[in-house]
Amino acid sequence: MAEIIEMPKLSDTMTTGTLIKWLKQEGDEISSGDMIAEVETDKATMEVEVFEDGRLLKQYVQEGDSVAIGSPICAIGEEGEEAPEVEVETAAPPEESDSDESDGTNEEEEPETDDAEPVAEENESVSAPAPAPSVKSTTDDGRVKASPLARKVAEEMGVDLSRVQGTGPGGRIVKADVEQASQSPQTPGAGTSGPSFTFGSIEEKTEKVSNMRATIAKALVKSKTEAPHFYLQSEVDAEALANIRQDLNSFLAELPAQDGGIKFTVNDLILKAAAMAAVQVPGINRSWQKDTIKQYGSVHLAFGVAIDDGLVTPVIRDAQNKSLREISTEARELIKKARDRKLKPDEMSGSTLTVTNLGMFGITDFYGIINPNNAAILSVGATIKQPVVNAHDQIVVGYRMKVGLSGDHRVIDGAVGAQYLDALRKLLEKPSILVV
Amino acid sequence: MAVITYRQALKDALAEEIERDENVFIMGEEVAQYNGAYKVTEGLWKRFGDKRLVDAPISEAGFIGLGIGASFLGLRPVIEMMFFSFVYVAWDQAVNNASSLRYMSGGKINCPIVIRGPANAGTNVGATHSHTPENLAANFPGLKVVVPATPADAKGLLKSSIRDNDPVFFMESTLLYGNEGEVPDDPDFTIPLGKAEVKLEGSDITLVAHGAMVLEALKAAKILKKEQNIDAEVVDLRSIRPLDKETILKSVKKTNKVLLVEENKPFCGVGAQISHLIQREAFDYLDSPVHRISAVDAPAFYSPPVEKIQVPSADVVVREVRHMFQIKA
Repeated sequence: MAEIIEMPKLSDTMTTGTLIKWLKQEGDEISSGDMIAEVETDKATMEVEVFEDGRLLKQYVQEGDSVAIGSPICAIGEEGEEAPEVEVETAAPPEESDSDESDGTNEEEEPETDDAEPVAEENESVSAPAPAPSVKSTTDDGRVKASPLARKVAEEMGVDLSRVQGTGPGGRIVKADVEQASQSPQTPGAGTSGPSFTFGSIEEKTEKVSNMRATIAKALVKSKTEAPHFYLQSEVDAEALANIRQDLNSFLAELPAQDGGIKFTVNDLILKAAAMAAVQVPGINRSWQKDTIKQYGSVHLAFGVAIDDGLVTPVIRDAQNKSLREISTEARELIKKARDRKLKPDEMSGSTLTVTNLGMFGITDFYGIINPNNAAILSVGATIKQPVVNAHDQIVVGYRMKVGLSGDHRVIDGAVGAQYLDALRKLLEKPSILVV
Repeated sequence: MAVITYRQALKDALAEEIERDENVFIMGEEVAQYNGAYKVTEGLWKRFGDKRLVDAPISEAGFIGLGIGASFLGLRPVIEMMFFSFVYVAWDQAVNNASSLRYMSGGKINCPIVIRGPANAGTNVGATHSHTPENLAANFPGLKVVVPATPADAKGLLKSSIRDNDPVFFMESTLLYGNEGEVPDDPDFTIPLGKAEVKLEGSDITLVAHGAMVLEALKAAKILKKEQNIDAEVVDLRSIRPLDKETILKSVKKTNKVLLVEENKPFCGVGAQISHLIQREAFDYLDSPVHRISAVDAPAFYSPPVEKIQVPSADVVVREVRHMFQIKA
């Protein structure tokens, strides 16, 4: 049985050793007490002694190699024996010997670059031309160059530093620049001779990212980078949907609130349909959990609500068990809370599927980014009148709505997404089922 | 108030303290019979005798050690260095004994010694005689480091140093000995250690200096006012340790710009410490990076014309300020 000889720890601070010379070659006979190699440590060059008898079967390390302590360097065994295969842990070549001392010499050269220039060099620094005041204050990476004081004063005065011309070294904005900027009105470019009317102006400003915006950004970047999105689209004949909504509203909306008066939105119907379709195709109601895929037992349906400076997605829990009226009422309350910023964290978390709707803005088709931990998001476009071919091959005016689906390919495949969209389309085209 | 020289102010302080306190004595090379290498102790031996003025052989480690031992037993030695550069041979005494004994004895032993004498370059005495070691001394907790720039400060600070119960490095500048200024006659006139002084009020930039550099800064301020209409404020540190942070920070917060002027070598010099202080405590008040000028980073030159440019002068201060204000020369 061959013995593996390892790189020994030859000093307290040694982590690697450089084998600088083999004193025994492959095939040589070895007796206990023989020196087999010279190893340079961080301190000195030392010989490696072995306590085996036999033949040096194989050298795993070449002269000049640096290897970690404990890594095999050679094998010793019986003549004719096969040396075992091993893995050698090589190390980066050690720094120039005795780095402690070389540190000192490096340091000594540094004062040259120190701010405190020796006086003898003053002539150079003074004869260098002062930077022209017109150097731009914004660096290529968009950072504004301003002194700490200028930043502080700008914040106090509400001056946007990105609009201030710096007159300091290298175009740095200094306090005086901020003070001047705060006094002079924002005049349009000098010398313009265009027509004197304008369509109004846009205030240019830089705002700190709000917590909400930061959260949205983080969540969506995570989703879009981690979840491989795929996209499907289905066109829905929305005539029946429009009709049933009109019928319901023309009757129910007339009733006083206490008698159950209510006005449904298209979105209410879509939410109801989305939840029902998820019961039919439960594969859509899942989540990627790294090592597992979770199948949710309930549809917790989130929907996007645009608010002043962001977007929130309140959640209707157990939507599959709720009637259209319940969904509508709950959605209305959640929207109001969202706009009043009164949503509680648990009203915004734990969704399993999300619906986003830009139909009210005339958008006909689009694809949302999946809400993290969902497997899909439904994107609902506007219902528009357009020429369609009917069952009798006639071109007539029809109502069409496009529904997009972005799916997380880790969790679901195109077929599941397609089945879901198909189920959804059927529900939306026969909407009476939604009010049962 | 009389107008006297820096040298005379020091002499008066020594004489007054010898008279006031029987424990005070002066020791050093040529301080007694020869009247002092730079004549600071001129006439004191005749006046106070052998017990109060003690000539020592060339043996700094010995007589500084003797002084430290004497101070442990209640005397108040004032040890004169013929050149401050000679203090290095007694560094072990100074930093291992003088600076630490109060700490190591749990406050039971004080070391009220003053080690004083001329420091700095400027008199063509070569590298080994021209050191500016206030940054080194200030590195040792327990040592106080005082650097007076004017005759009044020389007197007031030396008297405080002699009365102080801790070891004090009192660094004079050879070039200042002949400078004149008004000095209070009051034998109890003292200036507390650790208090900087605004030597000139200004609003546009703070020049922080100590020792002979204070005078260069003041000259520079005059030129800047006249030529550029820049109002420089000059802060004289007076003590390097304890350091008067409040006065420095107050001035920087007022002017928003600061130039540190020192005779120290740049690397790990006093200015480096102050620069750190300012960026940490007054970062939001800075309208420009902290600038700093110091001596040439080389052993002192012997050659008189070269030696002249190794230490910052008023002209260099003016140039650096112009540079900071982006004024083309």
